[in-house]
Amino acid sequence: MKLSQRSLILAIGALAFLAAFVWLLATRGPLAPVGVETATVTRADLSPSVYGIGTVEAQHAYSVGPIQAGRVLRVWVDQGELVKAGQLLAEIDPVDLRQRAEAASSAAARARQAAQAAQAQVTEADSRARLAQANSERYQALYRQNFVAREMADSRRHEASAATAALAAARANASGALREIGRAEAELRGIDQLRQSLKLVSPIDGVVTAREAEPGATVVAGQAVLRLVDPARLWVRARVDQARAQGVQAGQAADIVLRSVPGASLPGKVVRIDLQSDAVTEERIINVAFDPAPAQLYPGELAEVTIQLPGVRDVLTVPRAALAQVSGEAGVWRVEAGRARFQPVQPGMQTAEQVQIVSGLAEGSSVIVYSAKQLDDGVRVREQRLTPR
Amino acid sequence: MINLARRDIAHHLKSYLLTGLGLGLLIGVTLTMAGVYRGMVDDAKVLLHAVDADVWVVQQNTLGPFAEPSSVPDDLYRALLGLEGVAQTGNVAYLTMQVSHQGKSQRVMVAGFEPGKPGGPAFLVAGRPIARAHYEAVADAKTGFQVGDVVRIRRNDYTVVGLTRRMVSSGGDPMLFIPLKDAQEAQFLKDNDAIIEGRKRLAANPALNRPGQPGVLEAVQAIQASSHKVNAVLLRLQPGFDARALADTIARWQRYTAYTSDDMEEILVAKLIATAAKQISLFLIILAVVSAAIVAFIIYTMTLGKIKEIAVLKLIGTQNRTIAAMIMQEALGLGVIGFFVGKFAATLWAPAFPKYVLLETGDAARAFVLTLVVCALASLLAIRAALKIDPAEAIGG
Repeated sequence: MKLSQRSLILAIGALAFLAAFVWLLATRGPLAPVGVETATVTRADLSPSVYGIGTVEAQHAYSVGPIQAGRVLRVWVDQGELVKAGQLLAEIDPVDLRQRAEAASSAAARARQAAQAAQAQVTEADSRARLAQANSERYQALYRQNFVAREMADSRRHEASAATAALAAARANASGALREIGRAEAELRGIDQLRQSLKLVSPIDGVVTAREAEPGATVVAGQAVLRLVDPARLWVRARVDQARAQGVQAGQAADIVLRSVPGASLPGKVVRIDLQSDAVTEERIINVAFDPAPAQLYPGELAEVTIQLPGVRDVLTVPRAALAQVSGEAGVWRVEAGRARFQPVQPGMQTAEQVQIVSGLAEGSSVIVYSAKQLDDGVRVREQRLTPR
Repeated sequence: MINLARRDIAHHLKSYLLTGLGLGLLIGVTLTMAGVYRGMVDDAKVLLHAVDADVWVVQQNTLGPFAEPSSVPDDLYRALLGLEGVAQTGNVAYLTMQVSHQGKSQRVMVAGFEPGKPGGPAFLVAGRPIARAHYEAVADAKTGFQVGDVVRIRRNDYTVVGLTRRMVSSGGDPMLFIPLKDAQEAQFLKDNDAIIEGRKRLAANPALNRPGQPGVLEAVQAIQASSHKVNAVLLRLQPGFDARALADTIARWQRYTAYTSDDMEEILVAKLIATAAKQISLFLIILAVVSAAIVAFIIYTMTLGKIKEIAVLKLIGTQNRTIAAMIMQEALGLGVIGFFVGKFAATLWAPAFPKYVLLETGDAARAFVLTLVVCALASLLAIRAALKIDPAEAIGG
């Protein structure tokens, strides 16, 4: 009796152990079916968005510098200062420009005097020519009445024509002297212009973003001394992957998140899509303006831009994680009689969370969203919670 | 003929079961060690299966992105996409680094991939795939991250949007998938101090910062701060094209090294984890020998402990065959109990290991046969000792 009770306990113990063993193998061992989580195909509205990152930049940036090499004499403004259009910003050392202007001025005065002298010569030559002409006419009359020799009359006629030629030369000389005045005055004006160009003035109402040269520094032609931007025309120059940029158009609303304020998104608007994309990084450049512009912006700050694209209403959707690719074909995994089966579908519009199913699935059917292992066709699966919520 | 073994076991049931349990735990350890080795190999296979690339294109004469550093231009894919038979290409970048989460540092292998192209995680257990072009991550569950966690890589914060499983590097570091451009930046980006020092160093170089040539310095600095390199380009082929032939074409004409997925598996399994695998297999052999020896000793001493009883049996005229059968049956019984307890224990504790432990059914079957053989051999030793016992010992001693 005692023995049979013991063997009963033993048998029960052995059975319990075997049951636990089988259970363990079936649920945790290599023979266990793959745990999956499923979801049903539902109708929903999708509003996709495109994401890009960029920097806050000025639509137009102005760099103000001299047109020829020179030494910076004075810089009147500093970074951050507001300036008006036409305001004097900096001056380049004129070096000998004043002396050159004085020289040019004297040259002009000298040219005027030379002109006066030339005019006087014309008057003298004119007088000589008229006298010579009168003498010649007189000798011609006397010759005709045979009072003088023919040689005398010819000599007087020659004198008259020589005096006329001298008059023409003096006139040309005078007109040349007048032109010389024009040249000398133009040179003076040119030097004056050059002196004006050494004063760097602001082309816009804006703000100084950089002061790149200090008094005493030598700058080459075209090098910036100051950089300006128009603070009212700051925007985000965002880079969006070409593969995702489809559908982005000017006028679409966008959210801008500045790196300095990661929690808050500022409203914006797509203003311009650059015609020229970046061929190296394969990104399209999309300029998004603030709408309205915040009080203070820092050019060069990193910003994230999310552009809202036009959505679709009431379409079949599944969670994004359900969409899989098997040998280049898009589809979803479904549970059929406890086994995973791949079902090709045609995906449509995608948002972060959901994807539109254009064809291949009916509403209400269930698809595998998560799986504990990579699925293969025909693998045994079982629905279970994969992660504790 | 009566079954002596059953009666003997019933008589010493508790000690018999405890011996079986102890043996079982030993066998469990051996099975687990085999599982550790299988797990290492399987990790590599799972990674390759998830990536699902037919050809890996890497820097010339290097062993791919995992075993050796490799760097190829990120626009190489354009040339490769033009080859006949290539259906899809994907740039990938891998780097092992520390990422910080809530002030704690976690070692991961960051994998940069282009969403929708080869190289990403193959399945998820929670969350969603990466949808934005920047600053989102899918983490292996082994990282301990949850969906919604924010982790910091270099200077940017990444939101964990999805979790996957079984994606680990050959070193066992869990993987963190991020968009390729972010990974390229993370791979290349130095800390801010280093960048500023580098700028100063460049500015001090008269060849780059010549007076009268503004702009040269900025251009050089801009070149230094951008990276257009990836670690490998993955190719998927159109059906019917031979990966081996394409890999040879790429190696010959594009001057890059190309591996088929079989080559890659060979590199991952035979080269990368070779030393670790040898280490484990040697340990496994020693463990198996030690286990066998312990089993043999236990059975032997168990038999020797019954010398008096056996002598009595002999005295009352029990046949040698019956005694031998008893010892053999008891030994085999211990082996069976030990195996099942060991398998049970190994299956129970395998998921708790930090690296994946794969308990293969084939290994279990081999272990079962081996256990029974060892038990039988050990019992032969004990039987020989038992048969030599003088029946007179039952009365004397």
